[in-house]
Amino acid sequence: MLGVYLVRRFALMLLTLFGISVLIFVMLRLVPGNIADILFDAAGMIDTAEKAKLEKELGLDQPIAVQYAEWIGGLARGDLGYSYVSEKPAIDEILPRIPITAKLAGLALAFAIVFGVPLGVISAVRQNTPLDYLLRVVSLSGLSLPSFWLGLLILMAFVHYFGTIPIYTDPPKGFWEALWLYSVPAAAVGFRSSALVMRLTRSSMLEVLRQDYIRTARAKGASPRTVNYHHALRNAVLPVVTVIGLEAAFLMGGLIVTETVFNIPGVARFLVEAIRWRDYPIVQNLVMFIAFVAVFINFLIDLLYAVLDPRIKYAS
Amino acid sequence: MALRQTAIVAAALAVASIANASAAEPKQGGVLKIYHRETPPSLSIHEEATFSVNAPAMPIFSNLVLYDQHKPQNSMGTIEPELATSWAWDKANTALTLKLRNDVKWHDGKPFTSNDVKCTFDLLQGKAQDKFRKNPRKDWFANVTEVTTNGDYEVTIHLKRPQPSILAMLASGYTPMYACHVTAAQMRTHPIGTGPFKFVEMKQNESIKLVKNPDYFKKGLPYLDGIEYTIIRNRATAVLAFVAGRVDMTFPTEMTSALIADIKKQDPTAVCEIAPINVNTNLIVNRETEPFKNPELRKAMNLALDRKSFIDIILQGQGDQGGSLLPPPEGVWGMPPDMLKTIPGYGDVNKSREEARAIMTKLGYSATNPLKIKVSTRNLATYRDPAVVLIDQLKSIYIDAELDPVESSAWFAKVARNDYSVGLNLTGNGIDDPDQDFYENFACGSERNYTHYCNKDLEKLFDQQSAETDASKRKSLVWEIDKKLQEDVARPVLFHARTGTCWKPFVKNMTIMNNSAYNGYRYEDVWLDK
Repeated sequence: MLGVYLVRRFALMLLTLFGISVLIFVMLRLVPGNIADILFDAAGMIDTAEKAKLEKELGLDQPIAVQYAEWIGGLARGDLGYSYVSEKPAIDEILPRIPITAKLAGLALAFAIVFGVPLGVISAVRQNTPLDYLLRVVSLSGLSLPSFWLGLLILMAFVHYFGTIPIYTDPPKGFWEALWLYSVPAAAVGFRSSALVMRLTRSSMLEVLRQDYIRTARAKGASPRTVNYHHALRNAVLPVVTVIGLEAAFLMGGLIVTETVFNIPGVARFLVEAIRWRDYPIVQNLVMFIAFVAVFINFLIDLLYAVLDPRIKYAS
Repeated sequence: MALRQTAIVAAALAVASIANASAAEPKQGGVLKIYHRETPPSLSIHEEATFSVNAPAMPIFSNLVLYDQHKPQNSMGTIEPELATSWAWDKANTALTLKLRNDVKWHDGKPFTSNDVKCTFDLLQGKAQDKFRKNPRKDWFANVTEVTTNGDYEVTIHLKRPQPSILAMLASGYTPMYACHVTAAQMRTHPIGTGPFKFVEMKQNESIKLVKNPDYFKKGLPYLDGIEYTIIRNRATAVLAFVAGRVDMTFPTEMTSALIADIKKQDPTAVCEIAPINVNTNLIVNRETEPFKNPELRKAMNLALDRKSFIDIILQGQGDQGGSLLPPPEGVWGMPPDMLKTIPGYGDVNKSREEARAIMTKLGYSATNPLKIKVSTRNLATYRDPAVVLIDQLKSIYIDAELDPVESSAWFAKVARNDYSVGLNLTGNGIDDPDQDFYENFACGSERNYTHYCNKDLEKLFDQQSAETDASKRKSLVWEIDKKLQEDVARPVLFHARTGTCWKPFVKNMTIMNNSAYNGYRYEDVWLDK
């Protein structure tokens, strides 16, 4: 049964990615201007003949369907093409940035889980106590403070109190330097994510704690710790896992503000720059990569549901 | 007691003078760290038109001649030999012969010869087999008929007509020499020059690294071991990085006066300079569409302008009023203030606006029946902000304007095809010389003459001033031309901006050019007193 389900999900994944590829390709070309427009505009040039020459050189004069087929064909062969701006292979431009964002996203996610889940449980168990109110205010501020503002505030505080600034100017040398470099921006991002996780854990826990089987567990003399963490949390965690999965997918491509403020040369900042230059090979492949990560994480979460809740069966 | 005090003072003075002497003695070594505002499109200076390229790429290259890097005001009198050792004009002033150094090597070890100069001009003029992807300054050398070599170390640049300012073009940071054996494509990704620093790498969104050229033809230079540009897109982060000492210098001319005040508050030791950058903000009116065909209406619009308000609101006072050319004292060719005041629109604002309203009333407009227009501008803050002030000022003469922000990539193409009625534009000048400005922006048929102003008689004066070898006669002609351009409302200049640069006090020998933002980045004798 699981085998059939996996095949179906895999086919669906491919279909989704195909749809995304068409969408990216078309939407990118709906945005006004191409690389030739941008390059010529940046140089203050308006010679249309020269611009047409450059468009031909880059293959932008081809029909969109031909351009799409060339891209997908290249993608299937592992050839991502060349960046229009740097004139280097797109793969060489994209690959080094993925680990940077992955580290930042991983740390931020770890921060969100480590703080969000336990604090959510505590908040639910101590419902309507001063501690619950405090945690709810903290989580609300995490959701409402703009990342840009928070990031800059952190940087200003570092400069003012420590005379240093935790931004990326050179690749970190060694584990500890990397941890130092990524932990501050990860905390800034993770604060928001942890707030989301915490609020969801709290509401989900509150719902589960009212269930009959929890009352039964208590009546049977199970310790509060066993009731809360073994019986309640396991059942309350399903929606939380979904949100953590969505957050993970978001963090791989959505950290533009954090990467800009902390000057981290990751995927999101690179993507925005590539869009600015209409660097199609970079944008198309990078968005496809982010889409793949999102689709794959969703797939993993679906599988995780069955592990977390044995009642869920994957039928054909 | 008095003797003891005198001895202490003398000792202190001696120590101070020794300290000064040692501070004045350049030290070798160290890496200068500068933040860069963006990833440059490439490092091929000839193919780009932004000092985002000149700043990191100028140290890689050399010119035939170059503006003295320690005289802030670029002028014909500050041009010095670089790859050339000397130059001479023929009697007709149509052939410029330059003798070249014979001890120069490209960064890949090949010798520099006169052929490289010829190759550079062939590329610029589109005569070479290899082509630039973009060639934004080919018009600078439209008067060059050919470049001939006389042996390996002498070249002659032949002109159609006399043009002394060709030397100014050659001295700009925009005119480095390229190697025959390096393709245009390679120059974009891995430039090879003869300059004090070699290119190491450029990583998009990360950094640009240059390292000392040990074979630099000026012995003992450069002092620095290298220059590293860290690309920091967010200016607030960049300022904090400078204050925290992660970079030694801000990106040239990137600081506003408000930011400089903030930096000085946080780091009082920072050295900051504010100077003009020879970029002017101007009003463009499409004189080929109704109702702007009417010169009276264009005149009224010019009379409505309160230039001081623009400078106060947009630049916190850090700007200058002037004509098309950068005004003195920093500008070499701009009209003097007394002359400027005589031009309509540069005097008493209230009187001018009264006159403007009278014209508008005569044309049938009033407070209840205003002229409705759109002010188009590029969708960037440096364009949008003054456009908003312009809209407010036009209200005073019964013009009800609406902002039309245009996608940045479409802006120049839009104005070039005349698809606008009123707009606000920025015009930057690579060199402070009338030839570049007049021919590019006001000559009949020039593609960057966005307002399509065309005055054949004035164009004769363009040629006359261009060929004039007597500097003072040329200046008089230039003033006459600039005055006429302003009176004709060819492209009214709203203001010339001033911007700032900051560096740490241990960065020595840093000079910021004050009449161009494109020419002062060779950095061969900049050193770090650490």
